[in-house]
Amino acid sequence: MIKRSIFSNRFLPYILILPQILVTATFFYWPALQGLMQSMMLSDPFGLHNRFVWFDNFIQLFRDPLYLQSVATTLIFSASTAFVSISTGLFLATLANRALKAKAVIRTFLIWPYAVAPAISGVLWLFLLHPSYGVVSLAIKRWFGTDWNPVLNGTDALLMVIMASAWKQISYNFVFFMAGLQAIPHSLIEAAAMDGASPFRRFWAIIIPMLSPTLFFVTVMNIIFAFFETFGVIHTVTQGGPGGATNILVYKVYQDGFIGLNLGSSAAQSIVLMSLIIFITVMQFKYVERRVQYTG
Amino acid sequence: MKSRNLILFIVLAMVVVFTAGEVLAERIEIHWWHAMRSARGEVCNTMIKAFNDSQDKYTVIGTNKGNYDETVNAGVAAIRAKKQPHILQSFEVGTQTMMLSGAVYPVYELMADAGYNVNWKDYLQPVLSYYMDANGNLVSMPFNSSTPVMYYNVDLFKKAGLAPLDKSTPVTWDELGGMLDKIVKSGTPGGMVTAWQSWTQIENYSAIHNIPFASKSNGYEGLDCELLINNDKVVNHITRLKSWMKDGRFFYGGQKYQGPKAEFIAQNAAVYIDSISGIAKIQKAVKDFTWDVAPLPVESWMKEPQNSIIGGASNWVLKGHSKEEYAGVAAFLEFLANNDMQIYWHKETGYFPITLTAYKALKDQGYYKEFPYQEVGIKQMTRRDPTTISRGLRLGYFIQIRNIINEELELVWNDTKSPQEALDNAVKRSNELLRTFEKTYQ
Repeated sequence: MIKRSIFSNRFLPYILILPQILVTATFFYWPALQGLMQSMMLSDPFGLHNRFVWFDNFIQLFRDPLYLQSVATTLIFSASTAFVSISTGLFLATLANRALKAKAVIRTFLIWPYAVAPAISGVLWLFLLHPSYGVVSLAIKRWFGTDWNPVLNGTDALLMVIMASAWKQISYNFVFFMAGLQAIPHSLIEAAAMDGASPFRRFWAIIIPMLSPTLFFVTVMNIIFAFFETFGVIHTVTQGGPGGATNILVYKVYQDGFIGLNLGSSAAQSIVLMSLIIFITVMQFKYVERRVQYTG
Repeated sequence: MKSRNLILFIVLAMVVVFTAGEVLAERIEIHWWHAMRSARGEVCNTMIKAFNDSQDKYTVIGTNKGNYDETVNAGVAAIRAKKQPHILQSFEVGTQTMMLSGAVYPVYELMADAGYNVNWKDYLQPVLSYYMDANGNLVSMPFNSSTPVMYYNVDLFKKAGLAPLDKSTPVTWDELGGMLDKIVKSGTPGGMVTAWQSWTQIENYSAIHNIPFASKSNGYEGLDCELLINNDKVVNHITRLKSWMKDGRFFYGGQKYQGPKAEFIAQNAAVYIDSISGIAKIQKAVKDFTWDVAPLPVESWMKEPQNSIIGGASNWVLKGHSKEEYAGVAAFLEFLANNDMQIYWHKETGYFPITLTAYKALKDQGYYKEFPYQEVGIKQMTRRDPTTISRGLRLGYFIQIRNIINEELELVWNDTKSPQEALDNAVKRSNELLRTFEKTYQ
């Protein structure tokens, strides 16, 4: 049943939504339009030389093999970060939901990392994993004999930033999963148990479907987090290196635009990034949300 | 009655405050946005205060706008909003962008218009040449200038049976290779690390050996320049460093300075190439070994090595202010270049004194007898007059070009590419950027 409110005055509803439209237009549409304009221009940072070049900036971007590599890196990085943080968050939430003693204390501890800023989290992980002074990396070298070197090896570096970004996000996911789990009626699970369903079966057949709205929300949020907010981790830990192995799109936008003062290219990259994230989110809503079961 | 008294008091107080404001406002305010923080920022504040106390016409107000990138961006935003400061500090890689901006009042014009007859011959020429236009006119005022040198761990050298290095005659790269071999064999984990690899191993390597970095005199003579760093000599140098990685004589400590410097401080490396401006930090951080500074190595075929080039930043005077204010700007720039200020600046920060007179005064004071390592950089940079190749680099999108060089070098260090492939690719990618830059200003 969809509820509708009927306004007798034709203009009243528009006046009521005007403030919201103004805010959105000023802070979202206006900058986005500016970005679109800038992306079709070659200009010096001071705005004194401007040249309209149509889609040259975009063409140049897609002709650059490194840009395409950066797109691929971003997709791998975001998918892995989201996967690691969601699965670990869910795992921990399921365990913490069952823990009987010290439940509150355990939960509080698990939520703490979320209070750490991404940049700090990056530095902490660097301290653990740096090839020369990292405790963990020294242990890896001694016990496994593998040559772990995120300063030089691109794969190692990517792994390190994925871990640093996911670690922090685990807490965020944990909070939502915890709330979601508590909303599942115990009677359902107990009934299934009495029917002889194994714990795994109960998890798969009852908890996951009941949790699907949370799971969906968390996935969207995590992908967006991995695309944008991981900037701090990359900036403090690898600066996009080594050899561009961790140069995700949002970092490249910053490097080319803010540091390199190449505004045209940077704006074009922002537009591409924006389109990509819109596309991913629309796809999620279109195809994934169908399987989500909203109750109540 | 009481409230009337109160009103009277407030009115009186307001009159006093506003007239006092009027009196103070007679001093013309000069705004200087800089990127000097913490200890260096304090040094700047002291110099500003000295200037403000030395006369009663102008008040310089220095504002730290963050690091170099942030300061330049603050300047960009201010110029776009027409609220620019009088003086903006910008780093050396942004020189081309600033020069072409059209927002700059060239320093040589400013000083002449304000009636100062500056003896530019008295300045360190390799510093000035970095900020001159193709006709030899100074566009921005050099402020903090440094150059790369070679730090080494004297104790580890001794352990390997090596004598300390000379402070004015550079060792050759082949000799250094032999020394590093002994050092690694004597049990030190690694031989050499380098900070800012593009600046030290390619830009300065090219200048010292008089190899063009880019065509058109390194970009001084035209925006249609192209990078030339994929020449045999540079490729050979990178190939040599790569071959040193096999036996630990060289290893990669990461971009920028934090990584490699930590390796040197932790004695994982005996040799560390970085800017002279790192001296103060090394002094503070190193407690358990003796270190010293030597000039950068040269090739054995280079009998008369050229000057090394600078890094650092300069002060740009921005357009759009009144003549009276520019008189104050000129006075302040003149003041910063005087002997006392330059000596103070050099002693506190390690950056070069900018004039020969200040350098000579420091020598006469016996400063370099006490701190001989402070002189290595100056000697290396002034050992020859700069040629059109060693005077500096003038490239558009230079920051991104440095990024490209960094990336490609990292791909050499991790075995993804051969030195020739990497440098060819760096040239190709940089040239595309240079063409875009050229198009912007057509």
